[in-house]
Amino acid sequence: MCTVCGCGGATVEGEKPGHSHHHHDHAHGQGHHHHHGPEGALDFGGNAAGVSVPGMSEARIIEVETSILAKNDAYAATNRARLAELGAFALNLVSSPGSGKTTLLCRTIEALGARPLAVIEGDQQTSNDADRIRATGAPAVQVNTGKGCHLDGHMIGHAMDHLALAPGSLLFIENVGNLVCPAAFDLGEDAKVAILSVTEGEDKPLKYPDMFTASRLAILNKVDLAPHCDVDLDLYEANLRRVNPDIAVIRLSARTGEGMEAWIAWLEGGLGAKSAVRAAE
Amino acid sequence: MHEMSLCEGIREVVEAQAAAHDVNRITRVRVEIGRFAGVEKPALAFAFEVVMRGSVADGATLEMIDLPGRASCFDCGHEGEIDDRLAPCPRCGGGRLMPTGGDEMRIKDLEVA
Repeated sequence: MCTVCGCGGATVEGEKPGHSHHHHDHAHGQGHHHHHGPEGALDFGGNAAGVSVPGMSEARIIEVETSILAKNDAYAATNRARLAELGAFALNLVSSPGSGKTTLLCRTIEALGARPLAVIEGDQQTSNDADRIRATGAPAVQVNTGKGCHLDGHMIGHAMDHLALAPGSLLFIENVGNLVCPAAFDLGEDAKVAILSVTEGEDKPLKYPDMFTASRLAILNKVDLAPHCDVDLDLYEANLRRVNPDIAVIRLSARTGEGMEAWIAWLEGGLGAKSAVRAAE
Repeated sequence: MHEMSLCEGIREVVEAQAAAHDVNRITRVRVEIGRFAGVEKPALAFAFEVVMRGSVADGATLEMIDLPGRASCFDCGHEGEIDDRLAPCPRCGGGRLMPTGGDEMRIKDLEVA
């Protein structure tokens, strides 16, 4: 499976598995004819290539200097340009499984009322989460990553094709529940929002620092449970700031509605700033 | 966990470079991995061997070059190298450090047979 683009395993809801969105060619060396050019570059006896790299043989060296994730980053840049053109504000919601992302999204959609928005749901299997979102009346598309542990830029581009985003929309991308792999894969979002629930342990940010460092906002969810589970919310916040001194934190309960106002205000602020940039251009 | 995906990315770049330079065998791939890139090196080495099978880099050596982690301190403004993601500021001992480097994952060069 090519997990950089998700081909071979990933399906976007409504498309058949194994469909032909595989538009990058894996150029295999077989059947590839070899010409010895005038530079004699392949004749690597006696300093032929004129390259001397300490610790390497005198064989020819091809300088590459390319990010391993260059392909994903290119897809992400395309997504980002599409979103900028629409003045749409896109969030990549990342967390452990079971932190309450989908419930938070359902409550958020209710609180936002008539504002245009759409949701991309990422999971390995099932369309349960997209079904829950659609029950609120919001458009949602499910991306199943198959065996993949994260969403990537290519999958999001395809999912956006299915969504017909209105200008000035909010786009929520609910990533696969995983605090490790999604940190490295840019989707073209404006910000990552990490959601962690109070039952997970105050040291979670220290155990998985990369995800919290990459996030602009952390939502400390299920605070209504805090009195029942001996949890120190201030220690949660201190540990979040230990790995990311710049992170904003909102204490919230999707169940009781506590903290929802601050979260909605944060979303509206982000959307307003994005729209202002678009209007200025 | 995502090292397999990273190797798929390496394979694509290696295949494209090999085609562009008209070569059919790569014997060594050098990558630079930052200390905070979240890459498990033994997992990358394992995945590399598996993913490169059948490619121009089948059997190639993967050489990983470590790049240091860098951070800036929110308390004293110091910017420098740190070894550990949760290390205190080497100048003021503060704990509020923001990583500023060390998340690199780069293919440096390829050795052609």
